[in-house]
Amino acid sequence: MATDVHRPVTPATTRAVHVEGLTRSFDGRTVIDGLRLDIAPGEFVALLGRSGCGKSTLLRILAGLDRDIQGTALVPRRRAVAFQAPRLMPWKKVWRNVLLGLPGRPERNVAEQALDEVGLGHRVDAWPRTLSGGEAQRASLARALVREPDLLLLDEPFGALDALTRIKAQRLVGELWQRRGCAVLLVTHDVEEAVLLADRVLVMDDGRIAHEQHIDVDRPREITDPRFAALRAGLLERLGVNTAAEAA
Amino acid sequence: MSISHAPPNAPDPDISRISKSESGEAARADATDLDLQPVVPASARNLPVPRWLRRTTGPILLLALWQLLSATGVLTPDVLASPGRIAQVGWDLISDGSLPSAMGTSLRRVALGLLFGTSAGTGLALVSGLFRIGEDVVDAPVQMLRTVPFVGLIPLFIIWFGIGEAPKIAIITLGVTFPLYLNVYAGIRGVDSQLIEAGESLGLSRWGLVRHVVLPGALPGALTGLRYSLGIAWLALVFAEQVNADSGIGFLMVQARDFLQTDVIVVCLIVYAFLGLLADFVVRSLERVLLQWRPTFTGR
Repeated sequence: MATDVHRPVTPATTRAVHVEGLTRSFDGRTVIDGLRLDIAPGEFVALLGRSGCGKSTLLRILAGLDRDIQGTALVPRRRAVAFQAPRLMPWKKVWRNVLLGLPGRPERNVAEQALDEVGLGHRVDAWPRTLSGGEAQRASLARALVREPDLLLLDEPFGALDALTRIKAQRLVGELWQRRGCAVLLVTHDVEEAVLLADRVLVMDDGRIAHEQHIDVDRPREITDPRFAALRAGLLERLGVNTAAEAA
Repeated sequence: MSISHAPPNAPDPDISRISKSESGEAARADATDLDLQPVVPASARNLPVPRWLRRTTGPILLLALWQLLSATGVLTPDVLASPGRIAQVGWDLISDGSLPSAMGTSLRRVALGLLFGTSAGTGLALVSGLFRIGEDVVDAPVQMLRTVPFVGLIPLFIIWFGIGEAPKIAIITLGVTFPLYLNVYAGIRGVDSQLIEAGESLGLSRWGLVRHVVLPGALPGALTGLRYSLGIAWLALVFAEQVNADSGIGFLMVQARDFLQTDVIVVCLIVYAFLGLLADFVVRSLERVLLQWRPTFTGR
């Protein structure tokens, strides 16, 4: 089987991600099984699934962190990841964290601009461990965005945030995506978050994309929108959650 | 008497207390007449003696007791010289230049031993920490050598290196190498794999990962190792200088032992203690500068 990983996407193709026949096994247990996925440039895709369904594995493969794969996975050369934990280097000040790994010798003001964009301009010189959870997550986003990615991979980036901070962070990601126009793959277990942000919601099950749902609600979206509730209920059902029982 | 809780439309505020105690209102008014005691602030009870003075009282009392025992003849000079005598001898040793030159010699030995030992320990730890093949080749022999008591090697070192400076420096080097190796190695292997993955996702090269993620992450462990190493360096110095030395603090002590000069021995012990404190201060300062990112670090 051809294993063709991380070849830059040529401008002629109109895909930011092309995955075909992707298989990944851990000690004989197949987590991803012949998966097929295309993401258009600038598209916001949310990936839902029960815990352990392989959605995080898929993200790690697309990030280039997991290479024990079979099948085809084509991703842009410029891609960035924001993890559930901010994973800032505690021994580097925030602005140095943002610039870490950038080619050449980037100036400090590059980091300042990126941090301003996520509303963290006042913590440029802070040590990461002095940041609050929301601030650290925003710094992690700035670190991803400063790479000007064509594909932004978000691995449950709001999972560890408190409810209020999460709403703000979700709004921020929506704004940044609209401004930057990069393709986004958001892995999450929060159906509301997926419907709020994504153009297309995928449900992963048994190592494949089991369900696909286009979200045609206009932006900015409101949770109070009646279509929103219907979409949410439909997706929850796909995930095996009985919404009727939940409502009772 | 004023009753603040009386209802505004109370018919008569001046009726007697006994008749009023029937109602809850009056019971509450009575509560204000409890015997109140002032809570004395903690600071008011403190003696107006500054803390440093209180902390030095203990050692000074001990010194005074020592001096008293010496003066009354309970402690004879061949058991332990009196503090006054020790101060006198210390001053004499400094003014005739024998103590400074001995200190210079000893410091040079420790410095060289530390230099070689830290280079060897860090170098080996980097090889076995960063490369799997390095671990396979280096770690097993180092772990085996580590269990040999380095002081036991003195006779062998004298045969190999003679009785000059080399065996002394070699002993210190050996003592310093292993604690540093263990701590740097553990520090490198203890770096959070999530951070390494984050570094990879940011496009850091292998060397970039080592420089920006692995080495800074191993630094707290390395500094702990350095602290251990310094302690062992002084210990190794004492051993090395008491065998076949013709200069240095240990030599002064051996000489003093032969002439039963307990005063000189105590002066040398004080010098050792002082140098140890100095070394600790140096590492603390290093930690202050290098580990300022750690929130657990509270010194300032």
